[in-house]
Amino acid sequence: MSPQVHPWFGAWTLFRKELLRFWRVSFQTVAAPVMTALLYLLVFSHVLEGRVQVHGVSYTAFMIPGLIMMSLLQNAFANSSSSLIQSKVMGNLVFVLLTPITYLQFFLAFLAAAILRGLVVGSVIYLVAILFVDLPLVYPGWVLVFALLGSGLLGAFGIIASIWAEKFDQIAAFQNFVIMPLSFLSGVFYSIHSLPTFWQQVTHLNPFFYMIDGFRYGFIGSGDVSPWLSLAIVSASFFVLSWLTLRLLKSGYKLRS
Amino acid sequence: MTPAIKIEQVHKHFGTLHALKGVDLTIAQGEFFALLGPNGAGKSTLISLLAGLQQPTSGHLSVMGFDVQRDYQQARRSLGVVPQELVFDPFFNVREMLRFQAGYFGLGRSNDVWVDEVIEALGLTDKAHTNMRRLSGGMKRRALIAQALAHKPPVIVLDEPTAGVDVELRQTMWAFIQRLNREGHTIILTTHYLEEAETLCSRVAMLKQGEIIALDSTANLLNRFPGKKLRLKLNGSLPLALQPLLRQQEGEYVVLNLSEVTQIDTVLLELRQAGVSLQDLQLIESDLEDVFVDLVGRV
Repeated sequence: MSPQVHPWFGAWTLFRKELLRFWRVSFQTVAAPVMTALLYLLVFSHVLEGRVQVHGVSYTAFMIPGLIMMSLLQNAFANSSSSLIQSKVMGNLVFVLLTPITYLQFFLAFLAAAILRGLVVGSVIYLVAILFVDLPLVYPGWVLVFALLGSGLLGAFGIIASIWAEKFDQIAAFQNFVIMPLSFLSGVFYSIHSLPTFWQQVTHLNPFFYMIDGFRYGFIGSGDVSPWLSLAIVSASFFVLSWLTLRLLKSGYKLRS
Repeated sequence: MTPAIKIEQVHKHFGTLHALKGVDLTIAQGEFFALLGPNGAGKSTLISLLAGLQQPTSGHLSVMGFDVQRDYQQARRSLGVVPQELVFDPFFNVREMLRFQAGYFGLGRSNDVWVDEVIEALGLTDKAHTNMRRLSGGMKRRALIAQALAHKPPVIVLDEPTAGVDVELRQTMWAFIQRLNREGHTIILTTHYLEEAETLCSRVAMLKQGEIIALDSTANLLNRFPGKKLRLKLNGSLPLALQPLLRQQEGEYVVLNLSEVTQIDTVLLELRQAGVSLQDLQLIESDLEDVFVDLVGRV
């Protein structure tokens, strides 16, 4: 055994393994969500383009950033949650648990892979969309910040969900009953100013709203709320979820018990 | 020399179940050690504690002098565990999986030579590029063993490695494990096949209901039963005078305990006097199974 072992090489390997895992099935993990997003785009833009203007831009230009962000968030969640639940259910997680990888490194490797999957899916949708639609990009910095924080937040949430879950259908329930409604009802397809006051207030309790609004602000230069407010709320949510994930991992809850 | 494994006063509770009741065990470096016991005796729990997959309720465990909780990174680097269940990652082929596994321990390209050596020694060369999912049960078992060895740990734990494994793999596997043992690796084996433990292991611990009920060299344990067994198939029932020697009934056969070989004369004489004739007779040496049955049944 070599004594010069780099303390982060194990985490780096786990990250590479996680990347290769989703890349091996990229038809399902990248191509499929891109296809879904483009179908949404095709249908909604066909129906509404030319009739509606939101925040001074065409409906399609308004919707695309929301669609990108929604896909990015869903895929970040799907990456960490499906990988972890699969290796838990199959039992091969034991081979990671037997190694000197620390709980922090474990967290960072899964988080980074989830972020990367989110970014890959989001980027592909963006690249395909700009072939057909004239999409402004006013503040790329905001786009990147919200893409990173949003995919990080959902990546951490995916880890929590899969630590807790014992079966695949529990993860599916998370996806269909938590992630999907929260992302659909967060202003992907509409400005919340078009909602009745009560539903506007309800939307303000949904962290997905801030991720999407801040992300869209980076593209079109305006939003329903200030990007700084969105940044504060999304960062705070990210840190709370990361802290919770780290606590669960450190305690060994359902993984080392 | 630092012991390979040191277990001190380890207790483990699962709710109301007291799974390990103050286990003390020291295994020296270079030993080939057997951990035996009936199902539910606590063998797998003990291994999980050593591997850091569970925490003891109280007590201490160390691997190569590293506390499994305090110095868990060094302890885990020193330990390779072959799990009992056939678990595998369906996304990768054998060689990829082994390289990843070594990578988790911080070992990069320089370790690839060792990975290839393990692949060859376990007869996996033809399957090195096959996806884990497509391997047969026996091949999966080999890959599992290879995975535990990927980081060349000084201490290797094999938890029921030969359950459901064919003769060929057993031979390949034991040849390789024995080689590793000769090269200084400490081997700890749990098995239901007692003859394996008897042939391979120099020392044995027997666990029952969370306690070690016997801990001795294999030779000493066998010496506890210096006698032999006489297996007889009779035309008639066993004479009353021979009843005290009866060990057990095995179908049509009766098995008698003999303290020495000359007792056969007495047995044959008694049978003749009682008018019972013999159909078959076998003389059998005591083995670890006798010790096991005796200890596990008695305590």
